[in-house]
Amino acid sequence: MWLLLTALAALIASALWYVTAPKDKYKLGLLSLIYWGATLMWLVDHVKAYIQDRGEFFEMDVNATALGFCVILFGLVVWLIVLMVSDPKGIWGKVLKK
Amino acid sequence: MACFLVPAGEAIVTTVVQKVVGKREKGVSEERTGNTGVKWSQRLGWLNKLLWGGVILLGLEHIWHGEVVPWPPFLTAMDKPGETGPMLHEMWTYGVPMAIVVTAVWAIMVVFVELRAKATKDLPEEKAQTVDGGV
Repeated sequence: MWLLLTALAALIASALWYVTAPKDKYKLGLLSLIYWGATLMWLVDHVKAYIQDRGEFFEMDVNATALGFCVILFGLVVWLIVLMVSDPKGIWGKVLKK
Repeated sequence: MACFLVPAGEAIVTTVVQKVVGKREKGVSEERTGNTGVKWSQRLGWLNKLLWGGVILLGLEHIWHGEVVPWPPFLTAMDKPGETGPMLHEMWTYGVPMAIVVTAVWAIMVVFVELRAKATKDLPEEKAQTVDGGV
């Protein structure tokens, strides 16, 4: 389930990046690449596990869904930290001057 | 178990390479950055973001499943001697394909950007736009 949710997050982030491209002031490109990287790695993991074990491709339970949402949240936290540190709007300078 | 350590290793290497390439590119004129105006350090930046993003989120998943812990030796598979072998086998069978697939997708991205830029360059001047990817 976390693969599906991360792929969905990657698609949404990519669409948002495309809407704002070529300017990428809020680093939506970074957000989409974070999610795409994880999606690709989990896709390989799921395909290999499916070929080896022939089990369920997607784990559809509460635990897997909760993990999916945690992964999305964690990706957003990483992106927000990078955004705050790089501060493209120069907010910190303005706030600290007050 | 520890499959994400292989892409993590690649990410460390590509991050160092990006820094070195970035330093070398300083002072290089735009004509030498190819058709796109996108420098190699920027292209390597896409790969780094893919790799580090994947590694960070997979790290969270491994913590969730109790395969990574915040105390030494950090990987639960390394606690028991019998599990070290399977862990290395998993790194080889899962981690290496992960790193290869991510790198292959990045290579496709770079080729796509190059081809789009080339196609745009062939257009009349007023329609041509620089393809920078915005990433």
